[in-house]
Amino acid sequence: MSALAQIPAAVLEPGGDGATALYIVAFSLFIIGVRRGTHPTTAKQGNLIAAGGMAIAVVTTLLLDGIGNWGLIVAGLGVGTAVGVIASIRVQMTEMPQMVALYNGVGGGAVALIAWSEIRHGISLGHEIPLDELIPVLFAAVVGSVSFWGSNIAFAKLQDLIPTRPLAVPGQQVINALLLVGIVAACVDIAVNNDDPSQAIFIGVLIAAALLGNLVVLPIGGADMPVVISLLNAFTGLSAAAAGFALDNVALIVAGTLVGSSGTILTMEMATAMNRSVGNVLFAGFGGAPSGGAGGSGEERPHTSIGAQDAAIKLAYADSVVIVPGYGLAVAQAQHAIKEVADELEKRGVTVGYAIHPVAGRMPGHMNVLLAEADVPYEQLKEMEEVNPELPRTDVAVVVGANDVTNPAAKNDPDSPIAGMPIIEVNEAQQVIVIKRSLSPGFAGIDNDLFYEPNTSMLFADAKQAAADIAAEIQQL
Amino acid sequence: MSLMTEVTIFVLAAFVGFEVISKVPTTLHTPLMSQTNAIHGIVMLGGLIVVGFANDGLEYVIGTIAIAFGAINIVGGFMVTDRMLGMFSKKPKPKPKAEPSGSPSSDGSGGG
Repeated sequence: MSALAQIPAAVLEPGGDGATALYIVAFSLFIIGVRRGTHPTTAKQGNLIAAGGMAIAVVTTLLLDGIGNWGLIVAGLGVGTAVGVIASIRVQMTEMPQMVALYNGVGGGAVALIAWSEIRHGISLGHEIPLDELIPVLFAAVVGSVSFWGSNIAFAKLQDLIPTRPLAVPGQQVINALLLVGIVAACVDIAVNNDDPSQAIFIGVLIAAALLGNLVVLPIGGADMPVVISLLNAFTGLSAAAAGFALDNVALIVAGTLVGSSGTILTMEMATAMNRSVGNVLFAGFGGAPSGGAGGSGEERPHTSIGAQDAAIKLAYADSVVIVPGYGLAVAQAQHAIKEVADELEKRGVTVGYAIHPVAGRMPGHMNVLLAEADVPYEQLKEMEEVNPELPRTDVAVVVGANDVTNPAAKNDPDSPIAGMPIIEVNEAQQVIVIKRSLSPGFAGIDNDLFYEPNTSMLFADAKQAAADIAAEIQQL
Repeated sequence: MSLMTEVTIFVLAAFVGFEVISKVPTTLHTPLMSQTNAIHGIVMLGGLIVVGFANDGLEYVIGTIAIAFGAINIVGGFMVTDRMLGMFSKKPKPKPKAEPSGSPSSDGSGGG
């Protein structure tokens, strides 16, 4: 009650009714924001609502009675806000997934740092740290540290700073298990000696968790990275909730838990879209080319190669064309050039559609964002389930920078590493044109049988250049 | 707050999270992940509390870095989500360039 009386003075008692009430408003806005984020028409508004909730939560905290060190607070907020704003404005749409990984990483890093600070604070008070505070702090430290380092590796892989193929050291699983056991043992030691815990052991825990974060993500192939990022996102949420337990902060508990549980569901939905289980993603290196039945043996297989003019003729005299865009299109920034080809074809009365694989691009929904950026109308974007039955009646399927999502081995070869992954069945179309720089394997690191089918023509070129050439050739027909 | 009160809140919030996400169209997976990613930036409040009540050199440093990390997470997360979702908004004119830059100001206040 006394807290309410203090509101006019613009100061809130920590843990008091006033602060709690405002935190309740904030987390309610988060829940509404996430709910709206699940529908296309309300998603943008939902994001703003959640951002509003965040503003309320931050301002409430700044108004808490006794908060000081304003210089440092302003410095931290200023630097962080500036970096966040600049990075978000400058990032290309194609780089979105790694940006999310990076933001997730710093969130996890913040959790680990706060946990460290809480431990130091507890030790400096010189009396026993209650276990209901100490255990959440340890959990937050471990998970936050794993999330920070794991996300950074995910970022580095997606940004091609380190190889996207699975990197594993011998005995990987054993090392990981030993690290985990060591972390748990050290945490138990800290908890048992909670009257005077060793800060050195705690720092050892942070370092071991950092190693674990690196080692868990390094062996995961690039194609599975979205699932990993989503999972780490859920973990960071849980660690934030743990920090909330330690700090007795209801906003942290609710928001962190909300992200933890909704993130888990989202992760499972993503894994399902790729027909993989989360356990499979984490413990079986995808694209382990050596183990893959369809692994490229290196020998040249016969294929048909054509130029832009031939491709233009095939397309211009077709009745229906389906374009299958992949990440290669995004990298080459070819979405506008492809749109031009589609426009030219439509002028000639050809029906044009785009077939979007659920995981085309680097994340579910990524390709839709990129094509929307190029003003491709919604109606032409077709989902995989919708387009597959139409493909046998399609004259030409044009695969632009896509690879694994069209690989018939996923259906035909039970030994393939991508066996069972739903694909866009372009091999069912009358003719297939694949625009690609070379015959090299895709993200998953496995050879694509599609390239060697008799009705497939390969157009070796940069996607953007090829599309521009084809559009020019069609104009001259 | 007693531990059991906190556990109650935790369990209920977990169920809310499970229920709130159901049958999300694939198109929205990435933006939604990005939005929930921004929400866990709330941990920045922990950094504010740590620094706000700190009286120890290393805690100043750790806490300030935590605030900066949290602010990047929050501001960057909401802005990037807004940019992604901006691609799906009904396009009124071919060049509404002001649209993505209009929202950062409101998000910016989220970081302070």
